[in-house]
Amino acid sequence: MHKTIAEHPSLADKFNKDEERVNWHDQTLWWVRAKRDKAAHTLPEWEDLRNLASQIKHNVLSNLSEYLVQFEENALKNNIQVHWAADAQEHNAIVKSILQKHGVAQIVKSKSMLTEECHLNDYLQKEGIEVIDTDLGERIVQLAQEPPSHIVLPCIHKKKEEIGELFHLHLGTPAGNADPQFLTAAARLHLREKFLTRKIAITGVNFAVAETGEFVVCTNEGNADMGAHLADVHIACMGIEKLIPERHHLGVFLRLLARSATGQPITTYSSHFKKPRQGQEMHLVLVDNGRSRQLGREDFRNSLKCIRCGACMNTCPVYRRSGGHSYHNAIAGPIGSILAPNLDMKDYADLPFASTLCGSCSNVCPVKIDIHNQLYKWRQVLVQQGYAPAAKKAAMQGMAFTFSHPAFYRMAGKTGKWFMKTTPFVVNNSFNPWYKQRDMPEPPKESFHDWYKKNRKQNE
Amino acid sequence: MTVGLFIPCYVDQFYPKVAIATLELLEKLGVDVVYPFNQTCCGQPMANSGFEHLTQSCNNLFIQNFINLDYIVSPSGSCVLHIKEHLHAEKPHEEPAATHIRNKIYELTEFLTDILKIENLTARFPHRVGMHQSCHGQRGLKLSQMTELVAEPFSKPEKLLRMVEGLELIDLSRQDECCGFGGTFCVAEEAVSAKMGKDRVKDHLDHGAEFITGADMSCLMHLEGILKRQKSNVQVKHIAEILNSHA
Repeated sequence: MHKTIAEHPSLADKFNKDEERVNWHDQTLWWVRAKRDKAAHTLPEWEDLRNLASQIKHNVLSNLSEYLVQFEENALKNNIQVHWAADAQEHNAIVKSILQKHGVAQIVKSKSMLTEECHLNDYLQKEGIEVIDTDLGERIVQLAQEPPSHIVLPCIHKKKEEIGELFHLHLGTPAGNADPQFLTAAARLHLREKFLTRKIAITGVNFAVAETGEFVVCTNEGNADMGAHLADVHIACMGIEKLIPERHHLGVFLRLLARSATGQPITTYSSHFKKPRQGQEMHLVLVDNGRSRQLGREDFRNSLKCIRCGACMNTCPVYRRSGGHSYHNAIAGPIGSILAPNLDMKDYADLPFASTLCGSCSNVCPVKIDIHNQLYKWRQVLVQQGYAPAAKKAAMQGMAFTFSHPAFYRMAGKTGKWFMKTTPFVVNNSFNPWYKQRDMPEPPKESFHDWYKKNRKQNE
Repeated sequence: MTVGLFIPCYVDQFYPKVAIATLELLEKLGVDVVYPFNQTCCGQPMANSGFEHLTQSCNNLFIQNFINLDYIVSPSGSCVLHIKEHLHAEKPHEEPAATHIRNKIYELTEFLTDILKIENLTARFPHRVGMHQSCHGQRGLKLSQMTELVAEPFSKPEKLLRMVEGLELIDLSRQDECCGFGGTFCVAEEAVSAKMGKDRVKDHLDHGAEFITGADMSCLMHLEGILKRQKSNVQVKHIAEILNSHA
């Protein structure tokens, strides 16, 4: 995905031009959120599980360097080739070098938000390498030449008719056919050919176990397995925060992940990869790309606990009504809004403000990341670092002055109300964003302060 | 027990009737209420916009106004939450006063249920009412249980509304969805904010509300703006006005 200078409010405004689509987007995601609630409520120990998961991740983050060393040691023992990448560029170069070593220019890739974050597809395409995304949703957005709009449901913004049209154009299905079952079957045939002919497969990693040097990949479509098992070379790419200490901790995270993501008890395929099969090569790329920097930011460290379930997006009333692309970042929604400024404060200075701080995200988070508090804290940091628009800064300074001078505040209140009453066009116009879709409050004849003075003077 | 009445700036300027209802209700319940004259704003608009560093003079003023009171009560969950989480003194020797204020500030409905332990009221309001639970009140002050959590349900505002004679509380499809006001969010993210408000209003209308109430006038101001634009007869009423309504 290429970077854009567009800001969340204007992208969200564009998305809102089609209100019917917003309604549909909102209702679809709310349905997923409701499924998640139902699944969570079937486990009386749900809140204990969240606590436990949060604490396990806390342990991981506090001892990350040791777990990484332990993991590498064990992975090497398992004959996995381990690579380290400091940033996105290094990650992409490592992947390319493996492809070049094998002389391969066509690969399959199952879903990986890390490769999305590193813009691997763009990079490889520029190098003349063809990447086929094998997750159905990812394949659809790939055909549409769009980035995913959601980390679990990449094409949730697309209606089935639009998908039918894309498949007609690219896969040769009959025009006007939007039957999901038919389209899925067409995609399956199309992808099967790719699985059978590609020699290298890339997957992401959901959990890597330090104790055993193995990793787990979760998919509902089995596409990671198809890719990895049929290929001669399996490259797995992971962020360094994906570690968990011991295998039995998977019992906590696998129960939380699918329930939080889609309301399923468990993902259809939770595949454990420990060592390459006879004759296969297995590579693992461990990527930092700003994670150790975020680890060093005390206020934002907890964001690295994220297991990428997407629950915060489904519950976020803003995400549901602004669409994933309005966040112009690989990871959209509330969690993306606290991860993105770590990657680039200037490019993503708008995202922590794309929230009402309602706090629902923190409540659904299976690893109890204090997302809405971090959004608040990012706002403070971004303003302090000078990323606030000048007009906003001036307005805030004016406000701070008014509110710390009671007499001036009362006078301003009176003047404002007088204007609203006598010259309503001063506020009721298109320059006032409040007035665009809402009426202004009716100015009363006196403030409470004045009423109190008149009616309860004895207390003065 | 002396209670300091904290009336947030926008309530003072635009909704004096909410402040009057709060005052009258507390007086009716035998509370000794004082209204410090030099109060203005809690500082939340600046803080939530990323300018918390500009709020010190607001904080100083707040401490001056509300020092030496047993409790501070306000008809606005959001402002109370801001004070609870972010009020700090400029000078170290004033920090105990700030701490006292943070610990003793209450949103009106939690003050009525937790401190006064009200079990019955004489209010009467024979209407179908939808309760909009504001996010800062609910998830911040824990005035009611949150649907995301696996835990026993409770609601302080609803408990009080059920004491009002003739009042019929309606159900909502989305019990605790945000209305989209969000302070400066309502203008900075106008499109999403207005859409959220419209959806929130629709949920109430779909369930036959005659009135929408809540413990946060700012959310209600936003919903009122949308209702009026739609020329709806449905009105908003702050919960203090309903609890203070006469038979």
